[in-house]
Amino acid sequence: MSRRGANGAIGLEPELAISLYRTMRLVRRFEETCVDLVKDNEIAAVVHESIGQEAVAAGVTAALGARDYLTSTHRGHGHILGRGADPTRVMAELMGRTTGTNRGRGGSMHVGAPDLGILGANGIVGAGTPIAVGATWAARTDGGDSVCAAFFGDGAINQGVVHEAMNLAVIWDVPVIFCCENNLYAVTTSLSDMTGVPIIERAGGVGMPVTSVDGMDPGAVHDAMVEATARGRRDGTPSFIEFRTYRYSGHHTAEAATGVDYRSDAEMESWRRRDPLVTWPERLAAGGILAAGGKEAIDAEVEALIAESVRFARNSPWPEPAEVLDLAYAGGAGDGFPATTWGGT
Amino acid sequence: MARLRYLEALRKALRDEMIRDDSVIVLGEDVEAGARGMTTGLRKEFGAERVKDTPISEAGFVGFATGAALVGKRPVVEFQINTMIFQSFDQVVNQAAKFHLMSGGEFRVPVTYVFAASGAAFGNAAQHSDHPYPYLLHAGVKTVMPATADDAYGLMLSAIRDDDPVALFSPALIQGRRAEVPDEPTAVPLGVGRVRRPGGDVTVVAAGPTIPIALRVADKMAAEGIELEVWDPRSLLPLDRDGIARSVTKTGRLAVIDDANRTCGFAAEVAAFAASELFGHLRAPVQRVTRADVPISFSLPLEAAALPTAETLEKAIRATLAGSAS
Repeated sequence: MSRRGANGAIGLEPELAISLYRTMRLVRRFEETCVDLVKDNEIAAVVHESIGQEAVAAGVTAALGARDYLTSTHRGHGHILGRGADPTRVMAELMGRTTGTNRGRGGSMHVGAPDLGILGANGIVGAGTPIAVGATWAARTDGGDSVCAAFFGDGAINQGVVHEAMNLAVIWDVPVIFCCENNLYAVTTSLSDMTGVPIIERAGGVGMPVTSVDGMDPGAVHDAMVEATARGRRDGTPSFIEFRTYRYSGHHTAEAATGVDYRSDAEMESWRRRDPLVTWPERLAAGGILAAGGKEAIDAEVEALIAESVRFARNSPWPEPAEVLDLAYAGGAGDGFPATTWGGT
Repeated sequence: MARLRYLEALRKALRDEMIRDDSVIVLGEDVEAGARGMTTGLRKEFGAERVKDTPISEAGFVGFATGAALVGKRPVVEFQINTMIFQSFDQVVNQAAKFHLMSGGEFRVPVTYVFAASGAAFGNAAQHSDHPYPYLLHAGVKTVMPATADDAYGLMLSAIRDDDPVALFSPALIQGRRAEVPDEPTAVPLGVGRVRRPGGDVTVVAAGPTIPIALRVADKMAAEGIELEVWDPRSLLPLDRDGIARSVTKTGRLAVIDDANRTCGFAAEVAAFAASELFGHLRAPVQRVTRADVPISFSLPLEAAALPTAETLEKAIRATLAGSAS
């Protein structure tokens, strides 16, 4: 089924095509704002930007339904926002405030939301994949037709647990879509130096359909996901999709200060020419989907939302130090847990 | 009341809870056949959706259990070998155990990890003989180690019903022992210890496979008129510190016998607690009897030499009675 018309026109429903732009714009501006907030010490530690990779997050999340699940990564803001998390509460989470999606307990790498099926972003490479399989399996034993998008990067293809999870999905017919965001680098190491065969060849032996898609094209990403989710819903088949993409920023906000240099200017420039934040609205305009002034209106709406998110987060309370033990256990940490008396005796 | 072996009590608790609660499922290597005995017959009774053999893929199936727990199941994961925890350590201590806090309380992870035939048991050599509960205690994972069949039954019920991950160690050396077990489900709460034998002279804190050792030494020393109070925490985390305090306040002397390594071990935690909070009641230094910090050798004399024994416990008790360090 071809969704591409002639002359660069878009085969998607206009509303969806426009919403993909809006999601990408939101993620881009959210993360650019985060970079500033990290520099100003308003966000602690670092954040891992996905700037350049927004088409993957937008296309994948747009293909999920209300009862579907998602597991994310250390580079997960796009997945979380694309899935519909409230940017004001995500920003508050990144600033460690009580109003955050997770009361400030998780931060950038651990956003989770049961009502959105977000089963946690994850700070450990590949570690969310078996969690995705178990949750999706469990949801379907109760009669549902849920599927799950399990995100991970090219670095995770060398993690054993990812292959364990893929095998479980195959033998137990669990429709997890293994979404590999291949941005060519695991921190500073290149995929070709660290991996003996192409990603799809590695995944090809597991026993599920494998495909590779242009991750700079949100329409192509969405199409691939629609096919995989339909197949999964129907008969429980898991899928593996490689999204070929690129991060324009460093591994995280502190990378520039380290002075590492592992990507050529020519390579970065070639990928910048394919920036989906530029190319996608151009295609929408050329296809007559986005009217004159349409992009600017979305951009202005996003700016207002970002400004509101920062304002909301800044005005939100910090947690009280006395609350530090409150969430150690579901039943609370009372007598009998030695660490409750960690000072003095 | 029925007189059951420890392993049968675990199985009965699991089965009773599976009947009571549809969300309880069992996962692990060779659980359909019941290779370890705890799951025998459950596949036939409860079906493929609730009793699942896994590949030899510990990180994978532990993570799978976490995911299932996040959306409403209560998985019981059986490790065939206690050291298989190491294969899945990230998924236990860095994922399951942290998920509730990391999510700001949005998710719960009610998983039970059962370590069948744990500890050393006559010639299983270095990679199959550890008793790795101190790693879990250090990481804050709720951990129980029943010593008798009735406690195995009651603690298994509590572990499954708990909304956090709970590890249950079923020591190889005591799995065959029998005790009276109630016909009706009776849960033993986590964090409540038990006096196994009352006595006024020395408190001996023991757990799991060291309980029979402590009772044997208590019998022997009673003949000399020395009365040991054998105190069983049953649950290592949460720990019934008040129970330890009650006993030590009475006896003024404490020896801890622990079937795990010495450094940063469970005995070290109990000793530190007593030293800092019960100092005024102690009449002699606390004695620790533990494993040596060394991998377990295959050859039986060397295996025995690295483990806590009745002889080493008796020596420690005599040292505390003499009021000096051994």
